[in-house]
Amino acid sequence: MKSDLITSLYVFMLAGFIGFEVIRRVSPLLHTPLMSLTNALDAIAVVGAILLAGEHKSTLSTVLGTIAIVAATSNVVGGFFITDRMLKMFKSSSKPKS
Amino acid sequence: MTPFLSTDLIIEITYLVATALFILSLKWMSSPATARHGVWAGEIGMVLAIAGTLLNRGIVDYKWVAIALVLGTIIGVPLGKVQMTAVPQRTALSHAFGALCVTLVGTAEFYLRAPDVPKFMMSVLSMEVILGSLTFTGSLMAAGKLQEILPQRPITYKGQNIVNLGMLAASVGVAAYLVIHPDHIYLFPVIVIVPLLFGVLMIIPIGGADMPTVISLLNSYAGLSAAAMGFVLDSKLLIVAGALDGASGLILSVNMSKAMNRSFSNVLFGAFGQEQVAAKAGEEARPVRSATPEEAAGILEVASKVVIVPGYGMAVAQAQHKVRELYDNLTKRGVDVKFGIHPVAGRMPGHMNVLLAEADIPYDKLLDMDEINGDFPQTDVALIIGANDVTNPAARTDASSPIYGMPILDVDKARTVMVIKRSMGAGFAGIDNPLYYMDKTLMLFGDAKSFVGSIVRELSGGGSHG
Repeated sequence: MKSDLITSLYVFMLAGFIGFEVIRRVSPLLHTPLMSLTNALDAIAVVGAILLAGEHKSTLSTVLGTIAIVAATSNVVGGFFITDRMLKMFKSSSKPKS
Repeated sequence: MTPFLSTDLIIEITYLVATALFILSLKWMSSPATARHGVWAGEIGMVLAIAGTLLNRGIVDYKWVAIALVLGTIIGVPLGKVQMTAVPQRTALSHAFGALCVTLVGTAEFYLRAPDVPKFMMSVLSMEVILGSLTFTGSLMAAGKLQEILPQRPITYKGQNIVNLGMLAASVGVAAYLVIHPDHIYLFPVIVIVPLLFGVLMIIPIGGADMPTVISLLNSYAGLSAAAMGFVLDSKLLIVAGALDGASGLILSVNMSKAMNRSFSNVLFGAFGQEQVAAKAGEEARPVRSATPEEAAGILEVASKVVIVPGYGMAVAQAQHKVRELYDNLTKRGVDVKFGIHPVAGRMPGHMNVLLAEADIPYDKLLDMDEINGDFPQTDVALIIGANDVTNPAARTDASSPIYGMPILDVDKARTVMVIKRSMGAGFAGIDNPLYYMDKTLMLFGDAKSFVGSIVRELSGGGSHG
């Protein structure tokens, strides 16, 4: 249990550093789609909700889990959909890029 | 025992691959050329992780899971199809949904585990639930303000900050007590309900112009609460996704705060603009020069370099398509037209870029503040459409101005400045703009969409006999 916790903290720390380095390089041009994309990725919380609703440990956990799946799934579907729609609109004026 | 283990291993591998794909997804966002690969990588990672989860032997009943997945998809599709002008409120709404999911899972986990919750588990669970709840109502409030269901003006009252901070302190205090005494189950609702209320009160004093920072901050909170949920469920995938989202929101909020020369605490507790409006009310009206669409078209026609500066007013007037016509017309005449975009123009980071890209303006003509500022001294005309405070030279020169020190677009260095504006009313921050009284400035009074339309008509008419 204890080593698991430390491992998780390491994972959190490393992911935080990767996040800073990767996101720093995103052009301000794309900050709106960046936010909708990270929001869609964040909705991976749906996996926790699926286990909660599916394991059926108590009525409360099933009900809360089911609502949580609905909320997260709408973010997954809506988030990826709108991000792609936005990115499709970004076109360069010099068509064949060297 | 062996087949059971292998299913577990398969699930773990799908999570591992999904984690890698999520990181690649954000990496590919660095350039518009590769950004769409990023979306695909994210989608594949998501599908893999969900499929892997569904293999889990612990799931005894798929009925509710299936119904919820279908229902979520039905809600998600229209949320993916909203107008580009409505993207800020849609984003706020999706932060609310993400936070709702995290809060509900955290609540359910607590009641499943109580009263034997280890100290560390209870700490992260409290963090998950507190951050999740305040992000949920805070984001709903932000969405309401952006959709203009709620008043956009900041609402302040005496002792507001003390009330807000008191509520936050109370939730943290009760959470700390629960960490030590997790058997006091009846206290748990406090760390859900009080932060829910705090989320509402936190957004009440925040005005429309501060929304880019607030949305970014809520984005960061949503990410951090998801990471906390990852600790509770011991899911590395969730920890990574939450940390990436948290980092992204944090970077954006730091950018936005810098672009307004303000600190986080100032945005959250400052309630900008209130006294300023009162202070400037007594000042008498100074003369300005105004011009007709015909005169404006005449000046644009002979310019060789034009920089258009769009702001939230362009979005409100839905003028971006008319602006594209103007861009096309001037470009055809050989005029060099670029767009200068301030980081906090609009209601969320990058808002203007999305609107202009939607209107088919090539993204290499959309320049960031730092990229364009050096160009203004060589610019013939700076055309400002629905932007105010981000062009206010008082930020550079007047130490008594509330926006003093804020980085601005140096439009006043252009040879001629044109400002399309409904009236002489002050901007969202309620601050007077000396730019409007300069000799080189022409005020073009009217609705942004119809005024730009009239300029385009003049230019097309003039072209036929010129």
